[in-house]
Amino acid sequence: MLGEGIAKGLVETARNFFGSYVSRERLTTVQYPEERLPQVEAARNFPFLVYDGDDWKAGMRCVACQICEKECPPKCIFIEKSKDKKPDAVGKPQFYPAVFNIDVSVCMSCQICVEVCPFEAIKMNTDFELSTDDRFCGLLWDKERLSRSNEYYHGIHPTEAAEVDARLAEEKAKVEAKAKAAAENTPQTISGAASTR
Amino acid sequence: MAEAADQIFVALERWLVGHTPAGVRPVFAEVISVVALLAVFASLFAMTTVLERKGLGRIQNRYGPNRVGPFGILQPLADGIKSLTKEDIVPQAADRIVHFLAPVVLVLAAFSMYAVLPVGRNMVLANLDAGVLFFFAASSVMEVSIFMAGWSSRNKYSLLGAMRAVAQMISYEVPLILASITAVMAAGSLSTVTIVEKQAGYTGILPHWFVLTPWGFAGFVLFMIATTAESNRSPFDLPEGESEIIAGYFTEYSGFKFALFFLGEYIGMFAMSGLGITLFLGGWTAPLSFLTWVPSYLWFFAKLLFMIAMFIWIRGTLPRLRMDQLMNFAWKFMLPLALINLVTTGVWRFLPHGILRWIVCAVMVVVPYILLGRGLAQGWKLKKRVYRFAE
Repeated sequence: MLGEGIAKGLVETARNFFGSYVSRERLTTVQYPEERLPQVEAARNFPFLVYDGDDWKAGMRCVACQICEKECPPKCIFIEKSKDKKPDAVGKPQFYPAVFNIDVSVCMSCQICVEVCPFEAIKMNTDFELSTDDRFCGLLWDKERLSRSNEYYHGIHPTEAAEVDARLAEEKAKVEAKAKAAAENTPQTISGAASTR
Repeated sequence: MAEAADQIFVALERWLVGHTPAGVRPVFAEVISVVALLAVFASLFAMTTVLERKGLGRIQNRYGPNRVGPFGILQPLADGIKSLTKEDIVPQAADRIVHFLAPVVLVLAAFSMYAVLPVGRNMVLANLDAGVLFFFAASSVMEVSIFMAGWSSRNKYSLLGAMRAVAQMISYEVPLILASITAVMAAGSLSTVTIVEKQAGYTGILPHWFVLTPWGFAGFVLFMIATTAESNRSPFDLPEGESEIIAGYFTEYSGFKFALFFLGEYIGMFAMSGLGITLFLGGWTAPLSFLTWVPSYLWFFAKLLFMIAMFIWIRGTLPRLRMDQLMNFAWKFMLPLALINLVTTGVWRFLPHGILRWIVCAVMVVVPYILLGRGLAQGWKLKKRVYRFAE
């Protein structure tokens, strides 16, 4: 008969109406500023620069190779290479970025910079409360604004950060082993070189 | 005591008028009533917007507005400030005068309907002999204003919305008026006050409301369906279908003019509900004979709130109709039912009191409903969709 479906629908909406006052499971809304859902580990927003240790200037992993700048699809990264060199995480003397700016109003969170970085220096942040009243300088983040410690990285992406640390340690060990071998072989090579001469 | 509480506003007005010089008394009395009506129904509008949003939210398992003030009850205030401070944009190609007049005419027409609504015992602005006629005349001015809005905006969406609105409102005005004629027939008067007085008696504890008779019930349901369509509310909100034609005739309205449209629409809805209450739900009379001590205006507003709740409930339940469904429903279902209902009312009037007249009239209501409903539903059978070329 005409109207049966309407009656059924009315019963359903009435059940929703009263049910939402009785059982809290029905209300799926998260009242955001007061309540928050835990963030998913794979969440990502804008890139940040990782540094080791306590001093962001000294521990910065970035060596200003400018690969990310070249690969960035929307061209939101701006890097100026330093004139001098300083030792990096592994101990090799390297350049460092004199200027490292990311325009987050341009950034599209594609993560390509992270994937191309050979030094594990740039990673994706999860911080999303970034509103600012200055739409130019407030959205152009400099080196200092972008730096976050390795501990912070462990805090937001524990699994990924552990993998990165393992890889870096492996690399460091390899370099150290090579250095040791080089140190042991140094006299020989010198003598060999001398002999050939 | 009950009598005093019932007549407190009437007495208050009389007392206020008593302080003015004799020459301006009639005008002053009218002005007081008008101001009171404007204030009461505008604040009812403010209350309804927040209640509706909260109710719809709960129907969809959401909280609804809960940020402004305790439980979000100050939301209308925030909305009002927002709409007052917004830029008032008039499209360059628009007909500026008509564009400005449309919301004004809408609100004026909507408020003028209250002139004949008895909101309580002795509480009616103008007891016209042709009150119901005046009411429908005023309500059809709303269509004109909607078409003014759609036409003057010079926007295809606006015009489409206005055309839909006019087609819909004219179609549904026919069953609306035919449904209300039943009450006029039974009461023998077009005056809203007389119609309410005719329903004021009690048999046992039950009132003599027209809705408690077979023809009255059918008439009430038809009236309310037509009212939903008249006030452009879901499921008959095609004229402003946000997903199809971007709010229809008020696409080009912003700021305070948009708020006026919103106000006019709700005020019109309240007025229509008020007429439904007057014609079928006994106006300001109490629902049970031992409750007559409660002031009459409280009953009117309780019934009005009940009707508003029904509107919100329906809006939260039903999806929007298609244009052909809308027209079929008006002309093939509601119009025949309303016409048969007129005959039923006549039969009810001339049959002797007793069980026989109940049975005859109930059959006259239920059988056409079932048959017409079956006829209407014939086109609705879901079939397997066959594609001629894509198989």
